[in-house]
Amino acid sequence: MDGGRALRGWGRTSPSVAMVHSASDDAELVRLVTDAGPRGVLARGLGRSYGDAAQNGGGVVVDMTTRHRVLSVDNQTGLVEVEAGASLDQLMRELLPLGLFVPVSPGTRQVTVGGAVAADIHGKNHHVDGSFGRHVVSMDLLCADGTIRTLTPESELFWATVGGMGLTGLVLRVTLRMKKVQSAYCLVDTERCANLDDLLERMTEGDHRYTYSVAWIDCLARGSSLGRSVLTRGWSATLDQLPPTLRDHPLDFRPKQLAVAPPIFPSGLLNRATVAAFNEAWYRRAPRERHGEVQSIAAFFHPLDAVARWNRVYGPKGFLQYQFVVPFGTEDTLRRCIQMLSDAGQASFLAVLKRFGPPSDGHLSFPTPGWTLALDIPLGAPVLGGLLDRLDEEVMAAGGREYLAKDSRLPASAIARMYPRLDEWREVKKAADPHGVFESDLARRLGL
Amino acid sequence: MKDAIGNVQRVVVLGGTSETALATVAKLTAGRRGVQVTLAARPGERRTSAATALEARGLQVSEVDFEATERSSYERAISDAFESGGDVDIVIVAFGLLGDQKRAWQDVDAALELAQVNYAAAIGCGVLVADRLRKQGHGAIIAISSVAGERPRKSNFVYGSTKAGMDAFYTGLGDALEKDGIKVLVVRPGFVKSRMTHGLAAAPLSQTPEQVADVIVAGLRDGRRTVWAPPAMRWVMAVLRHLPRPVFTRLPL
Repeated sequence: MDGGRALRGWGRTSPSVAMVHSASDDAELVRLVTDAGPRGVLARGLGRSYGDAAQNGGGVVVDMTTRHRVLSVDNQTGLVEVEAGASLDQLMRELLPLGLFVPVSPGTRQVTVGGAVAADIHGKNHHVDGSFGRHVVSMDLLCADGTIRTLTPESELFWATVGGMGLTGLVLRVTLRMKKVQSAYCLVDTERCANLDDLLERMTEGDHRYTYSVAWIDCLARGSSLGRSVLTRGWSATLDQLPPTLRDHPLDFRPKQLAVAPPIFPSGLLNRATVAAFNEAWYRRAPRERHGEVQSIAAFFHPLDAVARWNRVYGPKGFLQYQFVVPFGTEDTLRRCIQMLSDAGQASFLAVLKRFGPPSDGHLSFPTPGWTLALDIPLGAPVLGGLLDRLDEEVMAAGGREYLAKDSRLPASAIARMYPRLDEWREVKKAADPHGVFESDLARRLGL
Repeated sequence: MKDAIGNVQRVVVLGGTSETALATVAKLTAGRRGVQVTLAARPGERRTSAATALEARGLQVSEVDFEATERSSYERAISDAFESGGDVDIVIVAFGLLGDQKRAWQDVDAALELAQVNYAAAIGCGVLVADRLRKQGHGAIIAISSVAGERPRKSNFVYGSTKAGMDAFYTGLGDALEKDGIKVLVVRPGFVKSRMTHGLAAAPLSQTPEQVADVIVAGLRDGRRTVWAPPAMRWVMAVLRHLPRPVFTRLPL
């Protein structure tokens, strides 16, 4: 394809070449959609999906990041209307000074609002606040027939779009209900947990007292230490909870970028030995128990954002993220999965465990009540494919599922088992996009 | 679409009864069921048994008729193969004739048949496949060449000359397709113990089709552009290529 560009996901695997366009006015986007060729059109944001979700080989990819204006802000209600290409980073920088925080923040600020809708992203507050779609009041969707529809949660297409991986149309504008906060800081409690049982018990007992909760698990720990972890939980800090030095500018949000990872890392740098050393240090560094520590939003939510393009650390072979959820009551499966990873010695630093609350109404939304584990794994080990296939089986047998925004390797046969509402979604998709204008590599791989 | 692990979803084999190609398909799809494979070859017992063997491994196999001496046949085969399912991840160009070397340089028909099958049809298919893959924006071609193309020797220089031509074509095609996200892997096996060489005395460093397949799968995984099977053959050929002619022609090759 002449003039095409190779696009990859954050894991830097499986590139494909597409025509990349951007357009500031709606009419141009309408033309791109109505003139779509046989390989279709797809919106792309900041490319933080790990696999092929934001790729459309041989087709058109619309770079939405040029459309990033904040269109309106209502301080009273917390409602803001933004263009879909605005990043959560931008929203934090512009709106935190007004006392408005994004309702859901994932582990990085470098995602667009459109992407957040498409993946129905979740954050450390899922157990109390649900996923991103729940905080969307309305959105403008450019549909396959070239019309722009304003969708609200009453419509089916709204919920096919929330978590719909961009396959129902181009999200142009989103009205969000922001969270009102008094400061750009969190009060954080940190605890070390000796093993998985200890961790699960503490989370089950105590998560409801916190707005934000997440645990880091050392997936290389073995035996009685299997699942040893550091649990951090907290709340948004109110003005009177801040130390005097921060009270003058409580809503200051100026996260610093410490470094940019250069493209020089070889594959294999993150191996069992280096990751084990890192994990050991991380665990030891954490306080056994500490309460009420004041942390900035950036430090608490987005530690990895301090290093731009950190995905390069995995080298040219890239990496993948494996994230699944299994229902409450299937803790044995969770344990077995961690055991399998530990036995295989598949190096993963920063494996993250979290408890999900009630599900979203999105047909293909990932979060369902249960335990979700996410881990980054470098590519290269020949045993990895088989290991992950076996983990899939465990997850499916327990009634769990994997997160499409992270996925880069599921077989098509798995998807109907993981997403029981897939047929419902397909019907809505078919009605809105009968000729399959909106396409992606992920959709083709999984036969969505 | 080839996934992050390297799992493929659809493979098309041109020359679908090639033992090296079939061994490669088996290794590429090991551990995953339901991968689609299209075998393009002459209809007959060989193609049927190849299909049966792959189906026994849990693959979904389809067969299309393919005749390398007829342009209309291979055009239709490629079009059918691409249009009968989703995106094709890998096309293996595996058809070829060894021929009777003595006849091949003394008989016009025999010489032209080798040229037609090993060279003309190979580049014809290459053009057609490249166009299809470019439209997908991803994919890979595995072109089975031969070390015989690296330096002509009197015992099989007609065959060698056709392989030299197809090898140069696919090597160049790989460069031309780089910006399109399409990878081309040129495979240069030495002597392979297979149906093609049945009855010939095995040369040093001879290989089984499975051994060649291992080299191919590793080369694909590592993003190589040219691989030799066995890998040591690369250095053997480097030496042979630079031997003075009087020495080279006296070698029992």
